[in-house]
Amino acid sequence: MTAGQQPILELQGITKSFGGVEALRGVDFALYPGEIHGLVGENGAGKSTLMKIIAGVHTEFSGRFLVDGQEMHFRSARDAHAAGIAMVHQELSVAPDLTVAENVFLGNQPTNALGLVQWRRMAREAGEQLARFGIDVDPMARLGDLPIGLQQLIEIARVLFSGARIVILDEPTSALSPPEVERLFATLRRLREEGTAIVFISHFIEDILRVSDTVTVFRNGRKVAETASAATSKGALIEAMIGRGGEVLEHSYTDDLMLPQPSDSKVVLRVDQLSLSRSLRDVSFEARAGEVLGIYGFMGCGQQELSRILFGKLRPDSGTLAVEGAPTTFASTAAARRAGVALVPESRRDMLFHQEPVYKNISISILDRISSVLLKPAQERDIAKRQVDQLQIRPPVVGLDLGMLSGGNQQKVALAKWLTYPPKLLVLCEPTRGMDVGAKNDVINIVRDLRARGLAIIVLSTEPETVLSLADRILVLKRGALVREFRNEPVSKDRLLEAA
Amino acid sequence: MASSETAFAGARRARGLAPFLRSQMRNIAPFLTLIFLSAFFAFASPSFATLDNLGNILTQVSVTGIIAVGLTFVILCAEIDLSIASIANVTGIAVAYFTLQESYVNIANIPLPGAVAVILSILLCGLLGLVNALGLTVIGIPSFIMTLAMMQIAAGISALLVRGQIAYKVPSLITTLGSGSIGGIPWIVIVAAIMLLGGHLVLTYTRFGRYVYMVGGNREAAEYSGLNVKLILGAVMVISAVCSGIGGMLGVAHFGSAQQNEFDTYLLDSIAAVVVGGTSLFGGRGGIGNTIVGLFVLGVLNNGLDHVNIDSFLKILIRGLILLAALVINVYAQRLREKAAE
Repeated sequence: MTAGQQPILELQGITKSFGGVEALRGVDFALYPGEIHGLVGENGAGKSTLMKIIAGVHTEFSGRFLVDGQEMHFRSARDAHAAGIAMVHQELSVAPDLTVAENVFLGNQPTNALGLVQWRRMAREAGEQLARFGIDVDPMARLGDLPIGLQQLIEIARVLFSGARIVILDEPTSALSPPEVERLFATLRRLREEGTAIVFISHFIEDILRVSDTVTVFRNGRKVAETASAATSKGALIEAMIGRGGEVLEHSYTDDLMLPQPSDSKVVLRVDQLSLSRSLRDVSFEARAGEVLGIYGFMGCGQQELSRILFGKLRPDSGTLAVEGAPTTFASTAAARRAGVALVPESRRDMLFHQEPVYKNISISILDRISSVLLKPAQERDIAKRQVDQLQIRPPVVGLDLGMLSGGNQQKVALAKWLTYPPKLLVLCEPTRGMDVGAKNDVINIVRDLRARGLAIIVLSTEPETVLSLADRILVLKRGALVREFRNEPVSKDRLLEAA
Repeated sequence: MASSETAFAGARRARGLAPFLRSQMRNIAPFLTLIFLSAFFAFASPSFATLDNLGNILTQVSVTGIIAVGLTFVILCAEIDLSIASIANVTGIAVAYFTLQESYVNIANIPLPGAVAVILSILLCGLLGLVNALGLTVIGIPSFIMTLAMMQIAAGISALLVRGQIAYKVPSLITTLGSGSIGGIPWIVIVAAIMLLGGHLVLTYTRFGRYVYMVGGNREAAEYSGLNVKLILGAVMVISAVCSGIGGMLGVAHFGSAQQNEFDTYLLDSIAAVVVGGTSLFGGRGGIGNTIVGLFVLGVLNNGLDHVNIDSFLKILIRGLILLAALVINVYAQRLREKAAE
């Protein structure tokens, strides 16, 4: 960033509300060419809303919006794109059935004079672009066949190389393994040198501090701080974000942590030699009551498939699992639920009903317990209200449509739906991904409370911190096989990364 | 946190009328259409706005209404059933096939007691619905294609049963319900009203009804909530077929004959009634109340066009245009709602 230079993008006094709720209040924001601008803030602080305004997703707001000093008003994401603004959203948005090359050129495939797609040229150029990013993959492969982490890198690469002058990355690193993060950062730095302006939103404050030049902090829809990254620290940023004292709220887990003596309580789940083509090989383990079992591994190590098999969403090729009973595999999610298994998948979109009120989202999984034929709405609301109070879901209005809640609160609702009649086995995929420090701590406390109530809990995550903050015992999954178990011994982020 | 909570409560109060109306667009637009059409025809023709004619309209929409009850369940689940008219037809033919016909009717039929004929016919349509259900859930054929095949299968069975002939007699119970009346009110209107009410109660007040909305709202989430999604989808296909079958039996009694291709127009009419009423084609939104409004829109339109002395060929075009307008509103309403939920 150079002083005196004209900002490529300038926002003045931006205010935006959703159905009367102010998501942004009078925010000023400036972005300079050749700058990586980090954005931090708790969930619901307004970061994503501001970025969606910039990317033309939200078109109604008040305030001035200047690109290259000229006032603009986008009517759609297409307008923003035409102005050179591109965004990678938090949720993957790729076309899994198309080839890698088609995804890279989505919307602007090279064509010849007749308007026909030039496949060979497209494949060659896609391969070259991805190679610049350090991705070595067959451009004609079907994208959906690649690991999720790679798919995300390809999506980011597509946006980065689309010729945009302003690139917005919303939580780009949460699905990436450390080497992939390095690759991303190297590319971002190169683009910065070429004059691209980059906005980088992340909950990983270390990542922000490492890669960005400037950091802006949001709290409750307001911009509360803007500083040079070199002049601040993680503690200072967290303090600005949550507005509480500067105590260390988050462990960095670089030091050894002692895992407790393994529990000898009753075995709730026994998994025996599960195999699934290309995903899992001979996976066997046990989970016990009152224990949190962490399963750590990089993206695409088979965690996702394992969790789906435990909940009856996928059927393994071979192997069995037993939940306090005879070995079996679940034919449906309904069968798994009846057996006492509950799953919270990594994507909230997959398990919540955004257009339905909070109480219906919470009661859906227990309706058959409270009503045989007729619904009992009053009881449903009571149950939901108790969960909302207990988990401190904000705002505490059970009749509100779920879509109006922030991401962290939605995650709590996803947990709440299983807690009225606690299952025997609770499987949590990435329970704290994309959450701010406060919400993370809330979730950690909820999980600990459930453990104390005697549930067997399995936490699957690609973030070492998540596993370390929750687990009593840790299994490491690598390319579909269990390679290491940590129990009753010291463990740290380094040791986990090394094992994976 | 506490401060944001109070701010929020205040914001909700201050939300105002416009956003509320926008989110209710799917319910308001069909209702306005109905009022507009009624006012128009009442103004254009003195014979339209009479009690007699209201009775006509009610009778005219009854068979469509009975079929549309089941179809509402299917569309709420974001599926479709194209076999409704065919199943109505085959069930109506079946109930006549199992009834003793006059000697001049040249059909090799199997006369059975009336109650048995009705039960067998209902079993037949239930069975066809079950085939739809299994194709959709167990094999995984999209409902659009599965029910397209069923449309042909049911038409084929109809053809084999009547072989180009026409049957006239149906069991006396069906004759009464289809063409009789009590205290001046046709039984068929009463049956349609009871079935619509029943459908509404099931959708609104039962656990199954909630599941239908949830499966339609987000099928993936329903599965991740441990619902037996396949069972629910299968059930709505069977409900749809049975409603069609009942509509078909009463329709045959109402028309006074059972023959091939008798119900062909009911496929489009029933789908139109559900969709014009505002039930979302994407599932999860709408209900029987919408379907009732949709039925009246179609009924008033069909009936009113007869009153205003319009080219009968133009009627078909006008109906098509109204359906298109309803589809536009349907999709637009979904978009507004999604925007509001963002």
